[in-house]
Amino acid sequence: MTGLVPRSWLNGLGIPPWVWSPLSVSLHAAFEATIVVALVGSALGFLLAKGRFPGRDAIETVCSLPMALPPTVVGWYLLTQMGGPGPIRDAEVRLFGHPLTFTFNGIVIAQIIESFPYCLRFSRTAIAGVDPRFEEVGRAMGLSRWRTTLLVTLPLARRGLVAGVAMAFGRALGDFGATMIVGASVPMATTVPIALYNAVFYGSHEQAKVLALVQLAVAFAILLGVSRLGKLRPW
Amino acid sequence: MTPALELAVARQIGEFELDVAFTLESGMSVLFGPSGAGKSLTLALIAGLIRPDVGTIAINGHVVTDCARRTYVTAQKRRIGMVFQDGLLLPHRSALDNVALAVRQASGRRERRAVARSWLERVGAVEFADRRPGSLSGGQRQRVALARGLAGDPALLLLDEPLSALDSEVRHELRKLIRGMIISSRVPAVLVTHDAEEAEELGDVIVAYNHGRVTGTRVVERPEGRGAPPGAPESTGQV
Repeated sequence: MTGLVPRSWLNGLGIPPWVWSPLSVSLHAAFEATIVVALVGSALGFLLAKGRFPGRDAIETVCSLPMALPPTVVGWYLLTQMGGPGPIRDAEVRLFGHPLTFTFNGIVIAQIIESFPYCLRFSRTAIAGVDPRFEEVGRAMGLSRWRTTLLVTLPLARRGLVAGVAMAFGRALGDFGATMIVGASVPMATTVPIALYNAVFYGSHEQAKVLALVQLAVAFAILLGVSRLGKLRPW
Repeated sequence: MTPALELAVARQIGEFELDVAFTLESGMSVLFGPSGAGKSLTLALIAGLIRPDVGTIAINGHVVTDCARRTYVTAQKRRIGMVFQDGLLLPHRSALDNVALAVRQASGRRERRAVARSWLERVGAVEFADRRPGSLSGGQRQRVALARGLAGDPALLLLDEPLSALDSEVRHELRKLIRGMIISSRVPAVLVTHDAEEAEELGDVIVAYNHGRVTGTRVVERPEGRGAPPGAPESTGQV
């Protein structure tokens, strides 16, 4: 947010740094995580719904584990794998010059892992729920498999797809456990939930009240907006 | 003259076994029989939506399925037009767009829509070109579905009980329209029905089905000749 709106404006509006800074990190991280999740989750959901290959259930189960695990467990695994000695940490160092734990990118990864199952399950269900006769119509009309997917399957599944992306965004925006463990509370990785926790921990109840309200309002506004997108005419 | 359709196929689905063979000339051929006799399955095999276990299918002399030689032309390359029982128009697209999607012979969007509009005119559906299928009556939807089936310049039109969900008055009106369109477009067609009156009124040839087998074939005699349908096609646009 501070990238789009000058800080002086935010200060002029009376929005203090202890609100806009974590809010900016929250929105930015959730946005990036959701883009990755929407692309990969929808594509994998499509493959799981339409593909006929062994191990489909195993893939869905593994990808859905974060839904059943406490976020702290996910965070612990990420911390030890991304920050501890091993091939993943070595790859991070090669690619980024440093491990991703306690960085902004680290919390984006944590949010991707946490929100991925929601997008995957919604998209798989939505795509599997499309009446296959419509796809047969597309093929009989001479549409290629790719065009049938683009012009028939995805538009008919759009409500479920949008709902999956909305759920993923909401999950990413609201994540605390995994983000806290991977990002701790270093300034560039302090999201609103972590700032709220810190405010409560240090007894700043007024700040906690404001941060909770901000999180509530932002989540409500974004989810409402995304839900309305699903009702719009498709592409 | 090359037959419009030559077919000899077998397909087992669960306990049901389809094993049929027939040759159809141009005009309207009707597959007639009770529900569960394998008529719609035959259409799906012709369209390439399902593969037979054994057999061959040739459309206008072109082999599109030959199991022994592992020849299998995909559904989108068979140049088949299809009209389904409930239309199956894409609910998220207008009537015009539904038809335009099926137009194979034009490449640009504007050209495809122009071709689609002309087909909607011919079936008396141009006045609701911009409406979505959800706001159309059953008869209107089937008019659009018929336009969509013919708009792609198909080598063969398949109609799977297109009138069975309509009330009697609309059914009679659409029978005239279908018969008229088949004659004027000269596209050979195969219609599936379990309605004897419909089979008589629409068919030039009736292929009787029962329990997955062909039990008889009959040419329908028409006093006015093959070219003249009973009741000229007269589309009013309102069904």
